[in-house]
Amino acid sequence: MSLEVSQLTVHHGAICAVNDVSFSVKKGELVAVIGSNGAGKTTLLRTLSGLNKATHGSATWNGHNLLHSKPERIVRHGVSHVSEGKAVIPELTVSENLELGAIWRKNKKESSASKAEITAIFPRLGERLKQRADTLSGGERQMLAIGRALMSKPEILLLDEPSLGLAPLVVEQIFQTIRDLATSMGLTVVLVEQNAMGALKIADNGIVLNLGKVAVTGTAQSLIADPQVRAAYLGY
Amino acid sequence: MIQLINTLLIGITAGSIYALMAIAIVLVWRSTRVINFAQAGMALLSTYFGYEAMVHLNSFWIALPVAMIGGAAVAAFIELVFMRFLLKRSAHGAISGVAPIIATLGLLGVIRSLTSSIWGGQDVRIVGPVSNVGYSLGANTLAFSPLKLLILVTVIVLVLLLSLLFQKSNMGLSLRASAFSPEIARLSGIRVNGVRTLGWSLAGASGAVAGMFQTVNGNGSFSPDSIEFSLLLVSGFIAAVIGGLDSLVGAVIGGLVLGLVISFVLMYINSSLFFIAPFVILLIVLFVRPQGIIGAKAARRA
Repeated sequence: MSLEVSQLTVHHGAICAVNDVSFSVKKGELVAVIGSNGAGKTTLLRTLSGLNKATHGSATWNGHNLLHSKPERIVRHGVSHVSEGKAVIPELTVSENLELGAIWRKNKKESSASKAEITAIFPRLGERLKQRADTLSGGERQMLAIGRALMSKPEILLLDEPSLGLAPLVVEQIFQTIRDLATSMGLTVVLVEQNAMGALKIADNGIVLNLGKVAVTGTAQSLIADPQVRAAYLGY
Repeated sequence: MIQLINTLLIGITAGSIYALMAIAIVLVWRSTRVINFAQAGMALLSTYFGYEAMVHLNSFWIALPVAMIGGAAVAAFIELVFMRFLLKRSAHGAISGVAPIIATLGLLGVIRSLTSSIWGGQDVRIVGPVSNVGYSLGANTLAFSPLKLLILVTVIVLVLLLSLLFQKSNMGLSLRASAFSPEIARLSGIRVNGVRTLGWSLAGASGAVAGMFQTVNGNGSFSPDSIEFSLLLVSGFIAAVIGGLDSLVGAVIGGLVLGLVISFVLMYINSSLFFIAPFVILLIVLFVRPQGIIGAKAARRA
């Protein structure tokens, strides 16, 4: 069980957003992908979940080819993507947003996570099941977005900037939950973050992207200790 | 007094038919963001399917589902082989926003001439399953017949079924999620393309019922040039806009409002304003409440 990305290259028109990127993630590993704005982090995730098309290279999860496949097929291979910006549907209730995550399994009568399991992880969602998602706070929306992804019982979670626009205390709470998911449920996580320090603190390994290329990789601890990474991304 | 009651009854019955047409337009708008001017043409074609079923099987209760299934199939066919391709081709460029809408106008013309060439231009008849003679109330005759009652009840049942489907089923959740956020829907494993075809099919079936009822609620005869179908297109479209274009509840309210207003104008002001009244209402709504009666945000619940 592993994610293997090899020589992945993605273009937006003439611009090369992801350039010859290779890395691998083992089962149960939490990997932080950090880098500044425009480094290609989001494009990388969107390509792995089938939203963007690759120009070159390969990417597989458990041997399933992730390129040249549609998002609705990729999620069936156990890959769940929480896209950038609190990916919930505001017009639907909290409960409906959660059900949405399990809908393809339900249609096939396969077992999915129950709402009770998700609200055990995020108790605040449990109190708001009947509310519309647009009445939630930013932090609650992010919890809902992650909860929706978990409903499909994924094996690997692709998270795009869960800390975006949230208060520091909420960010800490969400990062802690992500760490717990990897540790206790054996979930594999690829965490894309601008908040480099917060992400590296909970990650096992880290990848630094710069202008679409892999600049540095290593254990999260070694990246935190790396003077260049500290100067460029951690701000001290 | 009796005139007031009659005006209300006529308005509600006609309005319920406009509501079905408005629902068809809303369903297509929500699933593909296209205003489907061909909807009345599709309803016309479906009504001919119903007419054929009447001719061969002589039962309105078989003809109605035949029209619905035929309408759903035609709509699915148009979405699959025509609109999907067109939307992809016209996604960029100067006329990207209007190209699909103009295409549906072309489609309306194609369907009308197609029906003309198959069934000819002269009127054909569909007879309703029950009498269209009004109930009597004392010495007066109401403008409300067993047929109108049947139309009203059928529309209410269909609207309730449709809202149950949307609110309570997985299929409904897929339809709503795909309309609000195709990307999140796809990431949740929903085959959004298939859901779009489904949205068009439901619209086709809904429009078919509107066409059948519009015909039997009138004098029972219709042709490709029937004024009934022009009225159906105009009213359905205006009712959908009044209702905010995004809401099934809004479409029903819009249809009823329109039916009542037209009925009152006919009865109390001047029957020559018949075709102008809907447009005046449309303009007033657009000026006063451009988001429709049901606000854009609230609309998306149902």
